[in-house]
Amino acid sequence: MQLTVWTYEGPPHVGAMRVATAMKDVHYVLHAPQGDTYADLLFTMIERRDKRPPVTYTTFKARDLGKDTAELFKSTLIAAHDRFRPAAMLVGASCTGELIQDDPAGLSKAANLSCPTIPLELPSYQRKENWGAAETFYQIVRHLSGEPMDEPAKPDGARPRCNILGATALGFRHRDDVTEIRKLLGENGIDVNVVAPLDASAEDIGRLKDADFNVVLYPEIAEQAARLLKKNFGQPFTTVVPIGVNATREFVAEVRTLAGLDVLDREAGATRLPWFSRSVDSNYLTGKRVFVFGDATHAIAAARVATEEFGFEVVGLGTYSREFARGIREAAKNYGVEPLITDDYLDVEQAISEAEPELVLGTQMERHIAKRLGIGCAVISAPVHVQDYPARYSPQMGFEGANVLWDSWVHPLVMGLEEHLLGMFREDFEFSDDALPSHLGPGHRVAPQDDNAIRVPDTGKVAEGEAAPAAGVWASDAEAELKKIPFFVRGKARRNTEKFASDRGLSEITLETLYDAKAHFAR
Amino acid sequence: MSGSVSLLPERAPTVPSSGCSEPSVLRERGQHEVFCGLTGIVWMHRKIQDAFFLIVGSRTCAHLMQSAAGVMIFAEPRFGTAVMEERDLAGMADANEELDKVVARLLVRRPDIKMLFLVGSCPSEVIKLDLSKAASRLSKTYAPDVRILNYTGSGIETTFTEGEDRCLAALVPELPVSESNGPELLVVGALADVVEDQFARLFGAMGIENVAFLPPRRSGELPAVGPNTKVLLAQPFLTETMRELAERGAKHIPAPFPLGAEGTTAWLKAAADTFGVDPMTFRSATAAAEARATRALEPFRDALQGKRIFFMPDSQLEIPLARMLSRELGMEPIEIGTPFIHKAHLAGEIPLLPEGVVLSEGQDVDRQLDRVHAEKPDLTVCGLGLANPLEAEGLTTKWSIELLFTPIQGYDQASDLANLFAWPFDRRTRLQV
Repeated sequence: MQLTVWTYEGPPHVGAMRVATAMKDVHYVLHAPQGDTYADLLFTMIERRDKRPPVTYTTFKARDLGKDTAELFKSTLIAAHDRFRPAAMLVGASCTGELIQDDPAGLSKAANLSCPTIPLELPSYQRKENWGAAETFYQIVRHLSGEPMDEPAKPDGARPRCNILGATALGFRHRDDVTEIRKLLGENGIDVNVVAPLDASAEDIGRLKDADFNVVLYPEIAEQAARLLKKNFGQPFTTVVPIGVNATREFVAEVRTLAGLDVLDREAGATRLPWFSRSVDSNYLTGKRVFVFGDATHAIAAARVATEEFGFEVVGLGTYSREFARGIREAAKNYGVEPLITDDYLDVEQAISEAEPELVLGTQMERHIAKRLGIGCAVISAPVHVQDYPARYSPQMGFEGANVLWDSWVHPLVMGLEEHLLGMFREDFEFSDDALPSHLGPGHRVAPQDDNAIRVPDTGKVAEGEAAPAAGVWASDAEAELKKIPFFVRGKARRNTEKFASDRGLSEITLETLYDAKAHFAR
Repeated sequence: MSGSVSLLPERAPTVPSSGCSEPSVLRERGQHEVFCGLTGIVWMHRKIQDAFFLIVGSRTCAHLMQSAAGVMIFAEPRFGTAVMEERDLAGMADANEELDKVVARLLVRRPDIKMLFLVGSCPSEVIKLDLSKAASRLSKTYAPDVRILNYTGSGIETTFTEGEDRCLAALVPELPVSESNGPELLVVGALADVVEDQFARLFGAMGIENVAFLPPRRSGELPAVGPNTKVLLAQPFLTETMRELAERGAKHIPAPFPLGAEGTTAWLKAAADTFGVDPMTFRSATAAAEARATRALEPFRDALQGKRIFFMPDSQLEIPLARMLSRELGMEPIEIGTPFIHKAHLAGEIPLLPEGVVLSEGQDVDRQLDRVHAEKPDLTVCGLGLANPLEAEGLTTKWSIELLFTPIQGYDQASDLANLFAWPFDRRTRLQV
């Protein structure tokens, strides 16, 4: 058993719901106890959808367990089929449905419905939401994409065509990413054949094979299906995720290659990020320490954008996507940080407090950790809450996506002038350390408090190297001087000074020690 | 002691006399679009300030809690989930050991916890993990510092507010034995602190001094119970709790529920009659507050009079709400859906419902929605899974969960309660986009 207060992902059947809800004429019948319909709220409230998700739940209760729950499943399936008349049906079980082992696959076969039924085997006690979405999309493609056919040769001059794969319901900015990438492909003379699962019908899945290649926007969801399409229909797929200016340029080069077009050597004029980042007011962003956490795709992309395009320094990088941990490990090597692969938010909280970043790029969860620690935070990845399904156009991908990244990552940082003044006048009543940065409104920083958090005691992991030495004792004047260092670098200064003192075996930290350490680390 | 509620003659009836003593009840089976009892933790953990609720369940349970509790999860949460993994499903002994480990870890970290609820879920019940045994085993280890109790909030056993019922029922055996010789009043059901304080003052003004509330605000302040205890239910969904209290000798005071001016008066009157409060004292204690509530409701009457309202089942509050909205604000209930009808506890409510209303118990959500579409009510009270889809079809909705998270009981909340139902109409008239 795992003590969990917050879960980064839901159970796998929620992933299946995300795929079903994204599509047009697919219905999902889920063998689940009463109460599991809470998941409808994710779509109707958080994503503000104006229709019920196409999901029918058996909602069995205790009194049904003594009877024939299999019969209940079958009658629910037939009733849903007759009421909604979908083009295809998904059948499966939630975590409790899995325990009672009613075999939805066999039952749906026996029901002999007029549309294809796709059974989903989603092991709830081992796997999670994104895996469930990937598996569901894979099964849909496997069942509905048809047989390879000898294609008539393409007429000369026909524009190349691709599919865009991976966007779902409840995806972080999927709506606008698809619009942005569709536009980018169009500008490069490439037509979009089918977007799936988002807004696709069962019939559209049958047309996937007509494309020349596939664009995989979200590998966590679409890579498995893309591999199948490659195997069955010989369609290559993209590997670059176009988040950030450089990645978008590489993505354009990649799709042009796959489409058989010349790779252009041209400036990306459509994005303002490079100029905003080079303009002098962004000078103060140089070397800002940033901690990155999210799903693997967004975390890897964000770390790259942060370093290459903002001039930040990555001091922490991690993901909760275990299936995609390898990419994070490789990326972490590049930045010289320990990769953090965990789905336990308490581990993440601890890693963030230890790294003492000036900015956190993470999920809804990190937003609250950051708030507690008094650090600016921007959201780069699901899970997210209602405010990250905005009304305005706000892609993360492509050139407009880069503009959005610029605005949303710089916003939580203290503005340059305020930062200077904080360094100059620390006793200021309005812009003091314990006030929130002025653009974040009135209010005070919350002191981090770990005593009460549900912290799992360290499982005997000893810090590398030595047993932690007792840091020298701070003399009161040195402690007072430390307080004059702006809060966003104070923690770093304290630790550097203590390390400096313990390396030299100093028992007391004086004013001199503080400034010696400063000079030492400035080299 | 009279069990019947005398509705006060001083109030001129402003609504047609009603009578729904034997209404037809439509009983439906099918898909239920409701929450499970785990959701009760969202407000119960705020009410009992030193209790922790540990769900033993799956990732779905944890996901439900964070979706329902929204942003509160980050303010020092007092609930969590022991998520069962595959190895826990393999063998029972193993699952108990794992649970002990999780509890030990939790209690080391949170020494402020004085009461720990092990909350059963669908998965823990289907695999027959005996949490009551686990609770008594763990209690031996952690007594006297921490009391460890168990109840079920599973969807297969409980619907939404029944989670609170099971939680309070689990507390009843823990209540000390009452030593009192005279009658004492126990008000049962989680109320907003401000409402609780108002009621305490009103009982005090009537001369009923010996009043306690269940649940208490801290686990160390459990009220005593015994043969002299008279129970006034503040909420309609407390079937199990009342049964457990009756086992301890307590007597139920039949009464309508304290929603609206009339409902609050009738509720207080039921207690006053039981305790032999003389009518003059009762009037002087309540008249001013009642008049204030009636005045405050007036502006809402104009907005709500004659509006047809349809209740989807959610919390068991539907029948008392429909009674208040029809009698005090002139709304017209069409169908009142509720997850469960406890005939005895609602005996003071059902006769006050307007003639011809349909009561439905249970749900087949698709067929019920067909009825909503056919009736086109002015206002549909429903859960958040249905609200936006119905709004998109042009129907006005009031999402029902808010009724559990808002102080609505008592005289001085009557207008807040009316406002919850007037708001959607107000908004419709304002918007011009």
